[in-house]
Amino acid sequence: MIGWLKKLYYPIQAGHYRLEKHSIGLTIGIICAAMIGGFVEIAPLFTIDETVEDAPDMRLYTPLEQAGRDIYVREGCYACHSQMIRTLADEVDRYGPYSLAVESKYDHPMLWGSKRTGPDLARLGGKYSDDWHVAHLIDPRAVVPESVMPHYAFLADAPLDTASLPARLTALRRVGVPYSDAMIANADRDAAGQAQPDSDGADGVFDRYGDATQVRRFDGKAGRVTEMDALVAYLQILGKLTDAAHQMETAGMTPETEAAQ
Amino acid sequence: MSVKERDPLTGHQTTGHEWNGITELNTPVPTAIWWFILVSHVYAVIAWILLPAWPGINDYTKGILGVDQRAQVERQVTDLRQSRAEWRGRIAALPVAEIRADPDLAGMVAEAGPALFGDNCAACHGISGRGGPGYPSLVDDAWLWGGDPEAVMETLRVGINSDHPDTRYAEMLAFDGLLSRDEIRIVADYVQSLSGLDTAAAPDRLAEGEEMFLDNCSSCHGEDATGNIDLGAPNLTDDHWIYGGDDKAIFTTILNGRQGWMPAWEDRLDTADRKLLTAYLEQLKEAAQ
Repeated sequence: MIGWLKKLYYPIQAGHYRLEKHSIGLTIGIICAAMIGGFVEIAPLFTIDETVEDAPDMRLYTPLEQAGRDIYVREGCYACHSQMIRTLADEVDRYGPYSLAVESKYDHPMLWGSKRTGPDLARLGGKYSDDWHVAHLIDPRAVVPESVMPHYAFLADAPLDTASLPARLTALRRVGVPYSDAMIANADRDAAGQAQPDSDGADGVFDRYGDATQVRRFDGKAGRVTEMDALVAYLQILGKLTDAAHQMETAGMTPETEAAQ
Repeated sequence: MSVKERDPLTGHQTTGHEWNGITELNTPVPTAIWWFILVSHVYAVIAWILLPAWPGINDYTKGILGVDQRAQVERQVTDLRQSRAEWRGRIAALPVAEIRADPDLAGMVAEAGPALFGDNCAACHGISGRGGPGYPSLVDDAWLWGGDPEAVMETLRVGINSDHPDTRYAEMLAFDGLLSRDEIRIVADYVQSLSGLDTAAAPDRLAEGEEMFLDNCSSCHGEDATGNIDLGAPNLTDDHWIYGGDDKAIFTTILNGRQGWMPAWEDRLDTADRKLLTAYLEQLKEAAQ
């Protein structure tokens, strides 16, 4: 019944059988197969400007936020929290507008994830207070009794390594994040300044990253800059690098729905 | 090395390879695999025709079904909002008292309230609204900015010390440096005596504390220390404490100051959501009593 399909493959099988016996021929065959796979993966990047949305208001991660992001990766937060709201009605209903590719433009590596032991964090910024984040990271069960998250109390006592930030920003610039020379040269000062609103360093942060940058004592304490400062600064910027997703949602809504809002 | 050699036991051809007398059978591909190949090929061709499939230079084949996940989710979300538009419109328009009086709407509040409150408010205020250290209870009668529905609606809209332009703003000053630590302890004793908390302080110590209270604290908390909801200054004569009423907590509060932070919800939750939460809060209050 399926014999005709088998016959269809006979020439291929016979050719393969012969090819397997010639080491150079087989090597060339393997290279060709790998090239096809590579092309399929690489070709879409040629037209990335046309497939990824434009977000002129997109801003960069400040050095402190980038340091927080590195801590997020180091502690493996991505293993339980995704950062991507899928194009599904229930997700949009709960979390807000679905994630756009452009929102991860400066993410290296991206942290979209697919495992959700905890909630999605793509639109977390500004949802809770800094104090809450600090209390929650120190002891999750103190504020959310049913939580199964591990505690990260040590972050509050760990001084932030700012010395390596210029090098980290340089690495990010190599892969396409447009940090300026001034941003890289001042990265360690800016990281400290963003967590110390009364210091001279804070002015530099506003100059280089815009007046809307959040400059606060993220861990609630004056004095040295801790890893807690960095991680909370990062959590408070999630979903707030650009307004593109919200604009797209408003544009996609029908007049009746808007009236019903 | 003969390819045509047959294995006497199974009758299959061998590959012709031999390792110390062990030969490898050249068994044919099982029929089930051929079926699998056939089905997946047929499916692929149908999918190419119906669904978005092949990339082009600047574009891709859209498929005759015209499936677009973004358009799909926008339609679904629109439908979802449409299906709620009627009762949500009424909730947005009516005052809280009338929502609570209407059995249909009260039922909707009871049904939708827990999810909305649980996702947005419970992180700080707790699932039953009782608050916790640093986070005020919403089900008692002590309010920083007023507990009537209009005041609660406004607090939800603009937040407290938030980044909203109309935010409610309050800050308890840090008295470190303005008062000595001994003086702070004296004021703390006086504050504890206001709410009848047990203190062994001598009357002249309390009198000294009262004097310092009038000089430093009464402009916000009032001369009778009952607070001021226009300034978000708490009543110090009741037994509700956000940061704790023991010696150490009051000392820390006066020494370092306090500044609570509540997010502004105007961008995240629309009027109907915020009204629904305000109405749900009344239900929580009833449940707490």
